[in-house]
Amino acid sequence: MRHIISLLMENESGALSRVAGLFSARGYNIESLTVAPTEDPTLSRMTIVTSGSDEVIEQIIKQLNKLIDVVKVLDLNDGKFIERELMLVKVKATGAFREEMKRMCDIFRGRIIDVADGSFTIELTGSGSKLDAFIESLDKTAILETVRTGASGIGRGDRILKV
Amino acid sequence: MENKQQITGAEIVIRCLEQEKVKFVFGYPGGAVLHIYDAIYNQNHFKHILVRHEQAAIHAADAFARSTGEVGVALVTSGPGATNAITGIATAYMDSIPLVVISGQVPVPAIGLDAFQEVDMVGVTRPCVKHNFLVKDVKDIASVMKKAFHIAKTGRPGPVVVDIPKDITAHLAKFDYPQSVEMRSYNPVTKGHSGQIKKAVKLLLEAKRPMVYTGGGVVLGDAAEALVKLVRALGVPVTNTLMGLGGYPATDKQFVGMLGMHGTYEANMAMQDCDVLLAVGARFDDRVIGDPKHFFNKSRTIIHVDIDPSSISKRVKVDVPIVGDVNSVLAEMNELVALEKPQPSAALKAWWAQIEAWRSKLCLNYNNNNGLIKPQYVIEKLWQVTEGDAFVTSDVGQHQMWAAQYYKFDQPRRWINSGGLGTMGVGLPYAMGAQFAYPDAQVACVTGEGSIQMNIQELSTCKQYHLPIKVILLNNRYLGMVRQWQEFFYENRYSESYMESLPDFVKLAESYGHVGMNIEKPEDVEGALTDAFAMKDRFVFMNFITDQKENVFPMIAAGKGLSEMILANDIDAEEL
Repeated sequence: MRHIISLLMENESGALSRVAGLFSARGYNIESLTVAPTEDPTLSRMTIVTSGSDEVIEQIIKQLNKLIDVVKVLDLNDGKFIERELMLVKVKATGAFREEMKRMCDIFRGRIIDVADGSFTIELTGSGSKLDAFIESLDKTAILETVRTGASGIGRGDRILKV
Repeated sequence: MENKQQITGAEIVIRCLEQEKVKFVFGYPGGAVLHIYDAIYNQNHFKHILVRHEQAAIHAADAFARSTGEVGVALVTSGPGATNAITGIATAYMDSIPLVVISGQVPVPAIGLDAFQEVDMVGVTRPCVKHNFLVKDVKDIASVMKKAFHIAKTGRPGPVVVDIPKDITAHLAKFDYPQSVEMRSYNPVTKGHSGQIKKAVKLLLEAKRPMVYTGGGVVLGDAAEALVKLVRALGVPVTNTLMGLGGYPATDKQFVGMLGMHGTYEANMAMQDCDVLLAVGARFDDRVIGDPKHFFNKSRTIIHVDIDPSSISKRVKVDVPIVGDVNSVLAEMNELVALEKPQPSAALKAWWAQIEAWRSKLCLNYNNNNGLIKPQYVIEKLWQVTEGDAFVTSDVGQHQMWAAQYYKFDQPRRWINSGGLGTMGVGLPYAMGAQFAYPDAQVACVTGEGSIQMNIQELSTCKQYHLPIKVILLNNRYLGMVRQWQEFFYENRYSESYMESLPDFVKLAESYGHVGMNIEKPEDVEGALTDAFAMKDRFVFMNFITDQKENVFPMIAAGKGLSEMILANDIDAEEL
């Protein structure tokens, strides 16, 4: 099953490689991984999207907790949470295509953030499946380039991951 | 005035080791650590032991830690010095041994430029250390060293690498050693959950076929005394893993021997058939329970005490997990058991009758009348001659298993071997570490002619420091364990497992100034051992020419289950 794991770790050089190394050394899947410093610059927050049986996920959480630089780990799937991912898509936008692209972008509540002679760059935020759906709905030949950040997640309401 | 209080980074390293009351540093000098070696020249707080290869420095520090419970310390230079240390570090990591390894690094401005003798030590060691540090500011040395020792010895112990660039050891700073360590990200649990402990005791008291299985955690956690108290109060059978030997006295009636791939029949059968299993500081690894699916052909309730939560429910689903320091958890269990004053139930008596029936198979008996020296016989005599009181180190292979099976360890920290990583070549440097820790103790290195040659250069270190180690070489001219597997599973195709062109070990030992002995007849074994151990101030290299075809029994083939043992008797019967 797909799990989203959030963790806080010391914002030190090498901390990211410890997490990445753990996943490769123990053969765990990483679907995506995002990391950036928090409002407290000594801490980084990482969101890892992974998948595995309950036993594997339990081991992943335990092994992450065992890393000396990791301060806190939370499996977001243990409760209610929200996930968002940002995608930038550069699409062909010529002739009749320009209007069509604008309409699709509006339907998915995206924003056009760069307009060029033959192309638009669209910014779209949402769950991974929403971004997938947008890609699906586009004519494949119209897509010039895509870039996705991977999911970031946060617990709903009182679920707070903080030191 | 201000400047007078400043000392070099190298001197700070020395002062940190002094603060940690380090007695020995095992190491080998080189370019990147020259400032540190210069500072060593001017100090007398610890003794530096010059080995002949960095791998041996780590193993010796590791054995010092295993035999004393203190943190072992090693010092190596950058690049090849650092990479030579890796096998030693990985060995210590797999067996959870507290080490601090200081490695030199090229100067900070040269890092990343493929400088002479540069290797990314933090990157290379990351998968085989508990933690590692690269020190980039002289002001950080003291706090990093304090953290390194703290991390190495607390929680589940392990090796910590501190990589220090050469220029940092020349920079100046004031020395201020922190009194304590505050780390928001590292606070290992010590006390076990009281509710879980109560539940565990209740299960053990009500069990019909209880069993206690303990590993290296009991030795590392200094919990042998508490374990003995608990096992005796409950009147239950107990087995130790290879790493756990000495955790419970091997000569005690309640001890059913080592379990696992080469464990006793009674230990493995009792593991498989028990209804309540208490696992303490052990991790159900593949060499211990074999195939986990087979293990669950029979159902039992498992209680698992371990300081490392990730060891619990890793290979085997556990019913009552207790995360905590094994000694404190066992002490709490002892208090609860004492209140109950348990009497042996009819069910427990029946269980013991079953265990005695398994025991009567005498699975460790061996045929000792073909005129050749049997390796098992050498170990039995070693046990007798040393009165069971030696520190025994081993390398890896058949001789390791025989030492584990036939030397009855009654005390913890006496049996020193590479259990997890299975590193050939540890035996001699392990013996060095133990002998430095206990200069007057009997130290025996049980080895094979394959393993001993993997760190044979340390005969020179033993000469330099006059170490009175006794090497017990069980020389069968084969890589015995490889040969055994080839006999059983590869239809006797002995691919590259025969050792030709062996040195004359007696002359080799003598060339290093040691005493060498060849022992070729069974009737000479005991006398030779007695003579060797009588030479209290000499290193004696004993070359026992043993039966080439001897195999280790019982044996569980890889991937098989605990009750699927091959016994020596079965093989003998087939041969008839």
